[in-house]
Amino acid sequence: MNDTNQKIGFIDNSRLITESLVKAGADVFVGYPITPANLLYYYANKRFPSFFAAPDEITTVQLMTGFSACSRIPVTATSFPGFALMIESINMAYMMELPMVIVLVQRLGPATGSATGGAQGDISMVSNIISGGLAIPVFSVSDPVDNWKISAKCVEMAVKLRTPVILITSKEEVMTQFSFDLNKLDEIKPIQRKFYEKDEAFKPYLADESLIPQFLPLTNTKHQVRYTASTHNSNGILQNSTKEALDNTERLHNKNIMHIKDYTFFKYDKQEGAEILIISYGITSMAAINAVETLRIEGIKISLLIVKTLFPIPIEYYNIVDEYNKIIFAEENLTGQYRKAMFGNQPSNKISGVNKMGKMIDPEEIVLKFKELVRETRTKEMGGVNSEQ
Amino acid sequence: MKKYLNDNPLPFCKGCGHSLVSENTEKALNNLGIKPLDVILVTDIGCHGIIDKAFQTHTVHGLHGRSVALASGVSAGLNNPDKKVLVFLGDGGATIGMQHIINAAHYNYNMTVVIHNNFLYGMTGGQPSEFTPLGFKTPTLSEGADHSNYDICKIVAAAGANYVRRIIGIGDFSEQLTEAFSVKGFSLIEIIEICTSYAVKANPGMKLGKVAEKAGLVAKLYVNEDKKAFVTKVNNAHESLIEQIKVMTVNYKSNIKKPVRIMISGSAGEGVQVAAELLAKSAIISGLNSTKKGSYPVTVGVGFSSSEVIISPEPIKYTGFPSPEILFITSQDGLDYAKATISKMTENDCIYLDNSLNNPETKAKIIKHDYRNKTGSKYASIYALLYYINSSGIFPKEAFYDTFVQNMNSSKVDITTLLN
Ligand SMILES: Cc1ncc(C[n+]2csc(CCOP(=O)(O)OP(=O)(O)O)c2C)c(N)n1
Ligand code: SF4
Repeated sequence: MNDTNQKIGFIDNSRLITESLVKAGADVFVGYPITPANLLYYYANKRFPSFFAAPDEITTVQLMTGFSACSRIPVTATSFPGFALMIESINMAYMMELPMVIVLVQRLGPATGSATGGAQGDISMVSNIISGGLAIPVFSVSDPVDNWKISAKCVEMAVKLRTPVILITSKEEVMTQFSFDLNKLDEIKPIQRKFYEKDEAFKPYLADESLIPQFLPLTNTKHQVRYTASTHNSNGILQNSTKEALDNTERLHNKNIMHIKDYTFFKYDKQEGAEILIISYGITSMAAINAVETLRIEGIKISLLIVKTLFPIPIEYYNIVDEYNKIIFAEENLTGQYRKAMFGNQPSNKISGVNKMGKMIDPEEIVLKFKELVRETRTKEMGGVNSEQ
Repeated sequence: MKKYLNDNPLPFCKGCGHSLVSENTEKALNNLGIKPLDVILVTDIGCHGIIDKAFQTHTVHGLHGRSVALASGVSAGLNNPDKKVLVFLGDGGATIGMQHIINAAHYNYNMTVVIHNNFLYGMTGGQPSEFTPLGFKTPTLSEGADHSNYDICKIVAAAGANYVRRIIGIGDFSEQLTEAFSVKGFSLIEIIEICTSYAVKANPGMKLGKVAEKAGLVAKLYVNEDKKAFVTKVNNAHESLIEQIKVMTVNYKSNIKKPVRIMISGSAGEGVQVAAELLAKSAIISGLNSTKKGSYPVTVGVGFSSSEVIISPEPIKYTGFPSPEILFITSQDGLDYAKATISKMTENDCIYLDNSLNNPETKAKIIKHDYRNKTGSKYASIYALLYYINSSGIFPKEAFYDTFVQNMNSSKVDITTLLN
């Protein structure tokens, strides 16, 4: 760190996330306190143009939706207990197509669990919070530069796609302080919003080939605006199951799938000749990087995929997976939630997990898993019987 | 010609009280002379809520019970007292979302809440709500309700609303609606109604006025005040959180070749977190990378306080902490908290233990010293750190001195004496 071109500060990711969101254009924070999201609440209180202390998490997302309908860009930060209360309201905002960012800081559950325990235990939940299994963008952040870049991306995608966006992180990531070169932070420009400008009557849910309808806030006095969370036609009029209304609901899913290239983020560290790929995300990706370094120092070939766009799952991940004989998934939960999201519940010889609950995964555990896999494969190749089978 | 309603027929059963509310709303808005697109109608889920399609104002149709919270967001987002935010909700929505009503009244958001109280859940088949009066029958309550109803007017008046009124929803009540709509801040009007489909058959011969009277629901004005309405604060001039960071310059040099994991474990209020931060920052100005985490019980003022610091010549990616190489224990709380950690430490590791504490069972080397009494328990952690920096030469003690002076300028402890 002796480089004189560096601007070293002692910071944390809560600070980076908050600043990045505001720089990108988010302008109102609505929050209800919960560990380990309190540092975000604290910074938001100092930094957001408007700050609201909501009386509960249902109200939080309702207020956010009201703000969003008036063209403000709302953010909240919570943890599982609060997020669980928000789910119906997030569905409402999704149906109304109103942008917002929800930062979900994972802690150890179930229920109140351990407020100060880290976890990656809410992945299965966020993958399917929209009733019907419709796609909603979910990002996971790992290193500080990602926290900076992807937080801004959340704002951009929420506005562009007109959808709630979820940024999932965890206790260790938002509460640890670290030395950091501030010069690594690229400039972030605020999102420019475009509103409907024509004279013809405004149809709030009429979309062109982009599948994204144009937006008009409730502040406008030129066109009537209707926002509704009930199944509706392009005018925003409730219709139970007409083709137009069902097509509209399907569009909500399709738009987020159609534009996924605009928000597919991952880091693929490929090593020629490697037969095993490690996949990780969030807090555990840091252990995975260390494990890969250790293995390579030993002369072992190994590749690493760090996924940052968790949902919808980008097709690129499957293309990468196809290049390997064996996959190791490292994530801090008991059941391998992202592994199952990608490959289902069927046990597979190709895919194995390093999983743990209640403590961070140690790089050493990933290294051991790798070695165990290699041993097993060799035993099989030599026609031997693995004593564990 | 209607101005706020369109030409669609009203969507309710014949004789339903909800129709009268819409017709009277049309008249009341006309009385106000407000432009249709300055009106935002937020409707709840229930029979009353499907009215949005009949209005040519802006309309927002959200979730069951949450309309008042959603309208609060709309009101705060508009931040314009000349707009009219109207909320239509039923006694069902008011039951499940009572807190939102109390909260909106308490904040005094600019809005008028119109409660369509027909004593039951119309849309789902006539089940009772918490507004169903004692003895009132519904299709699922043939014996009649066994407890009395909420009085929403009294509740909301107590919560601080500017205007509260109850009316029996028969005939022309547009005057009262006009009055409620013209209030700045939070107003609520409860309209006692009849659900022709579910209430009439279950309660033969019922008279609305009589039911209300028996239930203690007096049709009158409860509050009419002029307290200041809510205004959303907007400040675009907050300082960037990055600009606020103190940039550190590397003035010293450390000779360590690999990461060192250091844990400080002591008691709340004894400077553990501060000491750890000073350690991390001193390492940084000695050209090292550093991370710090704190652990303490949720009741931050009592019990243990512990912190984990990594200092390293290489960038630190994995911030996990299997077990420390150096552990400072400055109090009994700290010793109890670090038990599991201590058991994992090896002969290469070192524990700096306060003289007052009994040696724990461990493979690690134990160095005992009087940390607590030298400078008082409040500075025990800092003192222990200094002792270590001095003896280990991990980085120059001047780095710690500089950091201390910069960060602790109000401190009563004289760092120079400590250093010696
Ligand atoms: C969270 C939730 N719970 C339950 C329902 C089902 N539900 C729809 S309308 C309604 C009650 C409506 O009664 P009320 O609010 O009094 O309006 P009314 O139909 O009488 O006009 C209920 C319980 C729902 N939509 N959402
Ligand atoms: S069911 Fe009752 S509340 Fe619903 S529209 Fe019919 S009469 Fe009105």
